[in-house]
Amino acid sequence: MSQIQNTQSDLDQLEAQSIFILREAYSRLKPITMLWSLGKDSNVMVWLAKKAFLGHVPFPVTHVDTGKKFPEMYDFRDRYAKEWNLNLIVRDCPPVEEIDPTLPPAARSAARKTIGLKRVIEEFGFKGVIAGIRRDEQATRAKERVFSPRADGGAWDFRDQPAEFWDHFNAGLPDGAHMRIHPLLAWTELDIWRYVQREEIPLVPLYFARNGKRYRSLGDSDITSPVPSHANSLDEIIAELRSTKTSERAGRAMDHEREDAFERLRASGYM
Amino acid sequence: MTVLPLITPKAIVSTANDDTAPQQARFPFAIVGHVDHGKSTLIGRLLHDTGSLAEGKLAELQAASDKRGGTLEWSFLLDSFQAERDQGITIDTTQIFFQTAKRPYVIIDAPGHKEFLKNAVSGVAQAQAALLVIDAAEGVREQSRRHALILQLLGLRQVAVIVNKIDLIDFDPVRFQSVADEITAFLAELGLTPQAIVPISARHGDNIVTRSTQTPWYQGKTVIDLLDGFEAARPATELPLRLPVQDVFKFDHRRLVVGRIESGRVKVGDTLTFAPTGKSAKVASIETWNAAPQIAAAAGQSVALTLDDELFIERGMVATHPERTPHLTHDAVLRLFWLDSEALEPGDRITLKVATSEYPVSIEGIRAVIDVDSLDRQVADRVTQNGIAEVLVRSRNLIALDQVDEFTKTGRAVLVRNGDIVGGAVILGRASEANLADEPRLLFSPDHLVTNAARAAANGHQGAVIWLTGLSGSGKSTLAMALERELFAKGRQVYVLDGDALRSGLNNDLGFGPEQRVENIRRTAQVARLFADAGLIVITSLISPYAAERDNARNIVGRNFHEIYVKADLATCEARDPKGLYARARAGEIRNFTGIDAPYEAPTDASLVLDTAATSPDAALKNLVTYVENAVKPQQGQQSASA
Repeated sequence: MSQIQNTQSDLDQLEAQSIFILREAYSRLKPITMLWSLGKDSNVMVWLAKKAFLGHVPFPVTHVDTGKKFPEMYDFRDRYAKEWNLNLIVRDCPPVEEIDPTLPPAARSAARKTIGLKRVIEEFGFKGVIAGIRRDEQATRAKERVFSPRADGGAWDFRDQPAEFWDHFNAGLPDGAHMRIHPLLAWTELDIWRYVQREEIPLVPLYFARNGKRYRSLGDSDITSPVPSHANSLDEIIAELRSTKTSERAGRAMDHEREDAFERLRASGYM
Repeated sequence: MTVLPLITPKAIVSTANDDTAPQQARFPFAIVGHVDHGKSTLIGRLLHDTGSLAEGKLAELQAASDKRGGTLEWSFLLDSFQAERDQGITIDTTQIFFQTAKRPYVIIDAPGHKEFLKNAVSGVAQAQAALLVIDAAEGVREQSRRHALILQLLGLRQVAVIVNKIDLIDFDPVRFQSVADEITAFLAELGLTPQAIVPISARHGDNIVTRSTQTPWYQGKTVIDLLDGFEAARPATELPLRLPVQDVFKFDHRRLVVGRIESGRVKVGDTLTFAPTGKSAKVASIETWNAAPQIAAAAGQSVALTLDDELFIERGMVATHPERTPHLTHDAVLRLFWLDSEALEPGDRITLKVATSEYPVSIEGIRAVIDVDSLDRQVADRVTQNGIAEVLVRSRNLIALDQVDEFTKTGRAVLVRNGDIVGGAVILGRASEANLADEPRLLFSPDHLVTNAARAAANGHQGAVIWLTGLSGSGKSTLAMALERELFAKGRQVYVLDGDALRSGLNNDLGFGPEQRVENIRRTAQVARLFADAGLIVITSLISPYAAERDNARNIVGRNFHEIYVKADLATCEARDPKGLYARARAGEIRNFTGIDAPYEAPTDASLVLDTAATSPDAALKNLVTYVENAVKPQQGQQSASA
């Protein structure tokens, strides 16, 4: 019996839990897709899928393209879609003119993705959409469920979320609705980086500092700014995160325009 | 902007670091209590005082508080939804991360409003410990009690009480003590003992990180000390294997049975039995991707197995070792909490979801509804929203059932109606075993910190009851004593529970009439069960002539009951007559003597039959020793302490 490992590390526990969630989602919701935004979290998510399904990703991976990502991100997408043997769906977002003009500018720009996603879901009839949000990113995401139903149209009713406990997830859906599945909900930013390091998961190079700045979170190039940093290796990033008190989404303009801007975005279907 | 070359992982991974080395996992704990007793404020204070707030958060908080014209509201930090800020209540459960010098934490803040119970349950179920916050001025209120009961039902045992707003009662130790006494008494009825009761002011920071000078009469732990003192849960690796099947994959040449191990261990070469079909196969491999090959795995791990045989396997089956399979049953008694606005009534059809299996069941009856204030069991014809009840359910298909007192994970279930989770339940047992209807109060068995598995590992064998039945003179007592000597010589913890010895003490108020015989057997079985729980091999030597009373004994003892029929015909027994009893019965001096003027119902399904009329005493003994040694062998995973 001595060869059996008694203690799982904290990363092992998170990994096992995410694998469990991904397998539940795949087994219970069909058709299903995983959102791949090309950022660190969604790369970890694709990696976990390969772990869960033993080297395969048995569902399409969707990139809802705003057309405004950094060039490095498109290079990354084209290379790893091939290398990881992904069944990739790419769909463009509608132009900003089609979006609710009462939203503040950055949130309005981000909302393009909500509409783009809604159209992909309709086109393919997806019942499950796997998204890489985490509870520690933002306060309204902290309230999320692992399996989070979205009404027809993508709206999130945070006032009446289903009960979810003991790792039993609701998979029942009314007509036209779909389920968002959040396998990374329990992870923190630091967990993500430590796991990237342990597993040697490839990343877009923009996360590493150049000329005293790096991107901590990657959105559209016009509404995402780099933060001051000299961290240009995984070790340095991890060390930086252990001491920082700045929030991860500090460089995301849409979070800071108005007190409830992000809540409104999420209620209407944003990730 | 210039395009950087893509960096491959090798280039950015340095070899000299220990950041991927295991670090302490985050400890999740819940903060519960009645609305407005100060849960969110306590959390805001904990974050601030441990230096866990992000830069600018305090200023943001101050601004949000100013906008609403109030003083600094710590709770705004968590009550992040607009609606919550405006109403000053917590709608949903929230998770917040912070760190003490000892380890990282996740705080789960559960709302106190009654209508939000489903959110509270969703939060608290993820916790390993809980702080129950009580307003010093208001004392214990309805939701304080309901939340305590939910903690108990969810299986949380590490609980501490925070008496908040101590400043509002002028730091008065007497009033503090009366709140402390009230809640201690209530928790005691639930079988919960608080690890501490801390007087605090969340708003002003008293006794959060350091002891307050305002409460010189309090010498106990601060909130931080208390948190650091909670113990992290360990995966149930020492329990028997339970691997509920999530799915069967066939993406390439491999046929993979996947799932998460809820308890126990599995290794390559193990024989697995799949409940409820009972089909078995050996584990051929444990497959991985981008990791070293595995030859073994334990509770908490998500695994993918290949088998040496192409059995029919589907989601919902449970892989176990053949020595310790779940009970298969058509009915079960559940203790449940009901979350749906539509009440639960007898005759309702509902889905019982246990791990990955889903059973359509009908509600056969409501045994009791629990009154939250008094904990009394009350008769009811329905279970309404937020109610707690014991119900009997029946399934057309066989349910593979574990009891919650043994299996924390697979001994609980959720209730699903129209695709939604509408309740949670712990499985008390099969209808025949969960004999609760007569209990005047809600009895909770105490939680031993020493598990049966740990006792078995220490002793090198499991506890068991070896129940010898047979006519007077059949050789039961002789065999019992010889068996005790043999097992004792082998180092086993063994004891003979002799019928005569019991009758001279515990049972000396009982005679030999049918009713008193039944009571004699019941008491003996109860004592035997306690001995077996303590880890002993208990040998009983009683005539126990009626099949019904032996069945009753079997139900009392449970799975470790072994019925041994010591068989000898009446003529042989009467010829032996070691105590001269047959002669006295024939002479009419003894009434109701089994075999003479009272019947003996021979067992039809005994675990072992020893024919002492046909075989030598030595052969019978050898046979019996072999049987018992085999029956009490530790399960897989219980041998670690002795190996």
